[in-house]
Amino acid sequence: MFVMGLFWEYMKNYAKTRLTYRADFWIEVLSDLLFQGLNLIFILVVFQHTDSLGGWSQAEVVFVYGYFMIPYGIFNTFFNLWSFSERYIVKGEMDRVLTRPAHNLVQIVLENMDPPSLIGSFIGMIIVGISWSQLGMPFELLDLLIMTALVLSSVMIYAGLYIALTAVAFYSDSPTGILPLMYNIQNYGRYPVGIFNKTIRFILTWVLPFAFVGVYPASYFLERPGIEGSMAILTPVVGLVFLFIGLAIWNHGVSRYRGAGS
Amino acid sequence: MNPAYVDIIRIRFLMMLAYRVNYYSGIIIYAINIGAYYFLWQAIYGNQEVLGGFTINQMTTYIAVSWMARAFYFNNLDREIADEIRDGSVAIQFIRPYNYLMVKLMQGLGEGLFRLLLFMVPGMVVVCLIFPVTLPTDPTVWGWYLVMLFFSFLINTQINMLTGLFAFFVENNTGLIRMKRVLVDLFSGVIIPMSFFPGWLEGIMKWLPFQAITYLPSSVFTGRTPISEAGAVFGLQVLWCVLLAVPILAVWRAARTRLFVQGG
Repeated sequence: MFVMGLFWEYMKNYAKTRLTYRADFWIEVLSDLLFQGLNLIFILVVFQHTDSLGGWSQAEVVFVYGYFMIPYGIFNTFFNLWSFSERYIVKGEMDRVLTRPAHNLVQIVLENMDPPSLIGSFIGMIIVGISWSQLGMPFELLDLLIMTALVLSSVMIYAGLYIALTAVAFYSDSPTGILPLMYNIQNYGRYPVGIFNKTIRFILTWVLPFAFVGVYPASYFLERPGIEGSMAILTPVVGLVFLFIGLAIWNHGVSRYRGAGS
Repeated sequence: MNPAYVDIIRIRFLMMLAYRVNYYSGIIIYAINIGAYYFLWQAIYGNQEVLGGFTINQMTTYIAVSWMARAFYFNNLDREIADEIRDGSVAIQFIRPYNYLMVKLMQGLGEGLFRLLLFMVPGMVVVCLIFPVTLPTDPTVWGWYLVMLFFSFLINTQINMLTGLFAFFVENNTGLIRMKRVLVDLFSGVIIPMSFFPGWLEGIMKWLPFQAITYLPSSVFTGRTPISEAGAVFGLQVLWCVLLAVPILAVWRAARTRLFVQGG
């Protein structure tokens, strides 16, 4: 309840600051969507020249992409921690956070919220809906529940990974290169993993499980034969494990935090 | 030409050199991106020999050289210019005995020189070791490509400058800058070669400057565009370079009388 109250206050504050430059705000939302849309445009354009991508039809690949956008939008809304190291460690703002009653990670998440990213999730839902009917799949209420559970699990994987990587700032002075690296690796998870070689497939499944935020859970609904479909049920397990690891690394990092000094 | 410009190139180059460690991870990031598209294109081609005028080998080379060219020509001059306009420090630049636009171009050149020597060249070596890239054997292809690569840089920098200068007319143009970045990546051909787009869109793109940044030079490099046509392609680049200078100078002239600094 307390956290919800905080959430609402931060939300109001966010709206006030962002709507100062109203036209720019909308251009930014639009350019953000376009940026995500680049991969979708890629899919649509190349399918004019081929019928299948490693055995997947256009509607299936688009479905995977739409699914991926849902957890990705939620993740971007709440885990906008790209500048954590500079803002909280180098400038010492972590001191302020730690003197307040709410949990430090909750505060940091709320301070950096980016609600417009949720628009991406909505568009993802629309894409999923369209390709669902294109593929002629039957729709049941149970599917909606399973989809919610899978999306939440995917968000947990994202959150766990990025919390862990952000927490590296507690242990190392200049971890700058890691986050952009991750950001680019996650692109692989949006496509059928079968097209990649064994090493990449292994990494995407067990080390940096980005396949679990896109292709694996989406395969559950597509009823794909083979490895992709059977991995889907593991999504919640992987989600819990990675979120747990992320939080453990974070909390251990916070206990090591000594302030910036000056 | 003012000899100070040479020093501006040198200073920016040295500044970049101080942060060179950041660019080592950049090489890995570009290799990751090239890898993703390499596997995607392999799957797209499947059993087909030629798509959009490219063979699969040409496509692999195209992806590698296009991304690495992007590593060279990419810069943030648009944001730098917009920031200087917003915080008002551009006013100081007006009274200095040099041309602000030239200074920005020279800074871009210093950064480009750094990116070429410490990002693109080593990156290309790494990528050639990982992926089956076929480099051209004909020295004239290399010659043409290097000249065209320089013009890729010029045209991209001009587009950046134009976007940055728009900060004179709107209060906040970060959204515009991001929009431009998406457009350049999409229409320049880094992600999809122009010949893959549907006919009507390809028709429109032929009338835009973006193709001159990546698609035209990379097509010459991979051998899709025969070397006999390289001269015509280069002419198109030069034409765009000249054409783009016009709006930049016009905006610069119009802008000087209406600087609006926020809280400066």
